[in-house]
Amino acid sequence: MHFDLDEDQRALRDTVRRLAEEVFPVERTRGWAEPGGFDRAAWSALAELGTFAVYQPEERGGLALPVVNAVLAYQTLGACLVPGPLVAAALAADLDGDSGAVGGGEVVPAVVVRPEPGAPLLVEHLRDADVVYVLDAHGIERLDPAALTATPITVPLDPTTPLSLVTDLPRGDQVGDAAQAARWSLLGSLLSSALLVGHALRVLDLATAHAQQREQFGRPIGTFQAVKHMLADCFARGEVARAAVDAAGVIIDEPGALDITEPGSGGGPAVRAVAAARVLAAEAALLSCRTAIQAHGGMGFTWEVDLHLHLKRALLLETSYTTSDAAAEAVAQSLQRVP
Amino acid sequence: MLLLDSESEAQFRKEIRAWVRQAVPQLGGPPPERDWQARRRYDSAWQRMLADAGYAGIHWPREYGGRGASPAEHLIFLEESAAAGAPDLGVHFVGQLHAGPTLIAEATDEQRAFHLPRILSGEAVWCQGFSEPGAGSDLAGLRTRAVRDGDHYVVTGQKIWTSYGPVADYCELLVRTDPDAPKHRGITWLIMPMDSPGVDVRPLRTIHGDSEFAEVYLDEVRIPVANRVGAENDGWRVAMVTFGFERGTAFVRELITARSHVADLAALARVLPRGAGTAWDDAGLRRDIGRVAAELDALWALTKRNVTRGMVGVIPPAGGSAFKLSYSETLHHLSALIIRVLDRAALSMDDLPGLPTGQLVHAQLHAFAISIGAGTSQIQRNILAERVLGLPKER
Repeated sequence: MHFDLDEDQRALRDTVRRLAEEVFPVERTRGWAEPGGFDRAAWSALAELGTFAVYQPEERGGLALPVVNAVLAYQTLGACLVPGPLVAAALAADLDGDSGAVGGGEVVPAVVVRPEPGAPLLVEHLRDADVVYVLDAHGIERLDPAALTATPITVPLDPTTPLSLVTDLPRGDQVGDAAQAARWSLLGSLLSSALLVGHALRVLDLATAHAQQREQFGRPIGTFQAVKHMLADCFARGEVARAAVDAAGVIIDEPGALDITEPGSGGGPAVRAVAAARVLAAEAALLSCRTAIQAHGGMGFTWEVDLHLHLKRALLLETSYTTSDAAAEAVAQSLQRVP
Repeated sequence: MLLLDSESEAQFRKEIRAWVRQAVPQLGGPPPERDWQARRRYDSAWQRMLADAGYAGIHWPREYGGRGASPAEHLIFLEESAAAGAPDLGVHFVGQLHAGPTLIAEATDEQRAFHLPRILSGEAVWCQGFSEPGAGSDLAGLRTRAVRDGDHYVVTGQKIWTSYGPVADYCELLVRTDPDAPKHRGITWLIMPMDSPGVDVRPLRTIHGDSEFAEVYLDEVRIPVANRVGAENDGWRVAMVTFGFERGTAFVRELITARSHVADLAALARVLPRGAGTAWDDAGLRRDIGRVAAELDALWALTKRNVTRGMVGVIPPAGGSAFKLSYSETLHHLSALIIRVLDRAALSMDDLPGLPTGQLVHAQLHAFAISIGAGTSQIQRNILAERVLGLPKER
C-alpha cells in the first residue's frame, strides 16, 4: 500500500499546472464562450502534452499511465479553470479510430448523454465540436455535428462554457457497445469529479488569501473564528473528497483495492468508488465555492472576481455524466447486506 | 499510487488472519457492557493471548517488546481483528496507545523495565489524568498542584473524563509543579499508582447510561519523585510527545464499526414499514444512506492516505485534524439517519422483537464522544485554520 503521490505524479501535476497557467490565463478563459472564443492553439498545446491520453496505450499515442494520473492532471485543470471539452476529449481518445486526432487536439469532440425523454437537451461545447458522440446505456454513437438541430444559448450560466439546446438528435453510427458506454460513464463521472476537486481546492486558496489580507475591525477577518471555521470545514471536506477521487482512480486500475471490509457489494467496487467520489467531490466543490464567495463579502458577488466562474463551472460539472443524487443512489444500491 | 497490499503486507495479512480466526473462539463471548471488572478480565485475557503469540504492542519497537509493525501492517492487524470479531484494546487503550509509547520515548531504563512488560502482557491497566473540570480544551490551564516534599510530590486536585479509571492500576498524571511559570512551562508528568492513599475514584455516568469515565479526586497523594517521567516542569512537552505517535490508525476500528452500522441500517430500512412499503422505498432517505456510506468510504481512503504518510513520519495536522473533524460530522449525519430510519423504534435502547435496533440506538449517541473527545471539532477547526491554512491567531 502506498496511497500518496509519487515523484512522477507530482511532476506531471506541476507540468500540467505550468502549461495551464501559461496558455489558459483566466482573462482569456473569460471570453471562451463568446463568438470566436475557442482558442485552437491553446487547445492543441494542452493536447500535445498528452493531457487527454494519459491512460491510453502508446499505440494510440497515449502516455500509458494509470487512470489515477489522469485524475491528478484533471484536478489541476479544474483548479486552473481550464475551459473546453476536457472530459469529452479524454473519453473520445478511447476509440481506436478517433484516438490520435482527438488526443492530439486536431479533432474537437462533444459528448451528449442521452437525456430522459422530454427533458431539455443542453449540450456544452457543441459549437466548437468536429464530432459528436451520443452515450446511453446501449452504447456509443458517432455523429456529424451538422446532423443535429441545435440553437446556441445566448447566456449560458457558466460564461466560459458555450452551450446549445439540441432539439433533434438523429441516430448515428454505433462505435461502442454497452460495456464501452459503461466505461465512458464511469470515467466521465470520475474525471468530472477530479475537476470538481480542483475547483474546491483553488477557491479555498483564494478565500484563505483574502481572509489573511482583508481587514475589518482593525484586524484580518481570518482572525475571527466565524471565518476561520468555515474555511477549516472547506479544507477538511476538500481533503476527504480528494482522497475519495484519488481512490476511485486507483480502484479503476486495481479492482477490489478498497473492498476489504465490505466484499460483494452490488455493481462492483469501481462503480461504488466512482459514485462515492462524485458525492464527495460535488459536495466539497459547491461548499467551497459558496463559502469562498461568502468570505469575500461584497467583492465575492461581483463579475470581476473569479469566484463565480468556479461556482458556475462546478454547477455544470455537478450534472455532468451523473448527478449527486444519482451517485448517492448508486452507493445506496451497493449496500446489499441482509440482517 | 497503490491501495492494495504489497507482497510482504499480503503475507502479514495472511498470518494475522490465520491466527486471529483461531484465537477469537477460544476467548469466549464478551462480558456485559456495565460490568467493569469482567471487562477488565476479558480485555486482559485477550491481551495475554496477543502477548503469547507475539502480537502485543504491534506498533511498539521490537527492543521494547513490541512487534515493530509498520503503520500499514498495524492497519492490517486492526482490519483483520475487526473482521474476526476480536476485541479492541478496551481497558488497555491508554497503556498501549498513550502511556506505553510515552514511557518508551521519555522514561528511564528502570521505569521502562518495570512498566512496559506489564502493559504488554495485560497485567497492568492505565488511565489518563489529563483533563480537569477547569481545563478541557485549554488543557495547559490545569491546576492540580504537586508540591515537592523530600523524595515525594504531594498532589492535590481533581481530574475528570478519566476513561477506565475504576479499573486502572496506574495513571499518567499531569500536575502543576510551578504555578508562577507560564502555563505550559510549569507542568510535570507523573506515574501515579491508583491504589495510593488519597486517590478517590468516582464513576461518572455518560449519556449512554454507562460509567465509561470517572472523576478522580486527589487529596495529598504522595507520589515518589522516582515516578516522574522527564524533567520537572517539562511535562507539557512529554505529554505532547504522545500525540506525535499517531500514525493514522487511531480511528480504524471505529470506522469499520461505523461502516457496519450503515450496512445494518440499510438492511433494517428494507424491512421497516413506511407508508405503503418500507423505509427503503423513500428515495430521499435511501440517498441519504448512500451519502453517509460514501462519506465513510472516503474516510477509509483518507485513512489509507494518512497511514501512508505515517510511514515516513508524523501525520501532519492537515491529515489528522481533517480526518477527525470530517469523521465527527459524518457520525452525526449517521446518528440523524438512524433516528429517521428507525422512527419510534429509536425510542428503545433494548432490541425489539424481530428488530435488532438496540445497538444502533446506542451508537447514535456515540457521535458526541467523537466530536467532543480528544480535541473538540471547534479545536480541530482552529488547528486547521491556523496551522494548515496559516490564518492569524486570535491572540
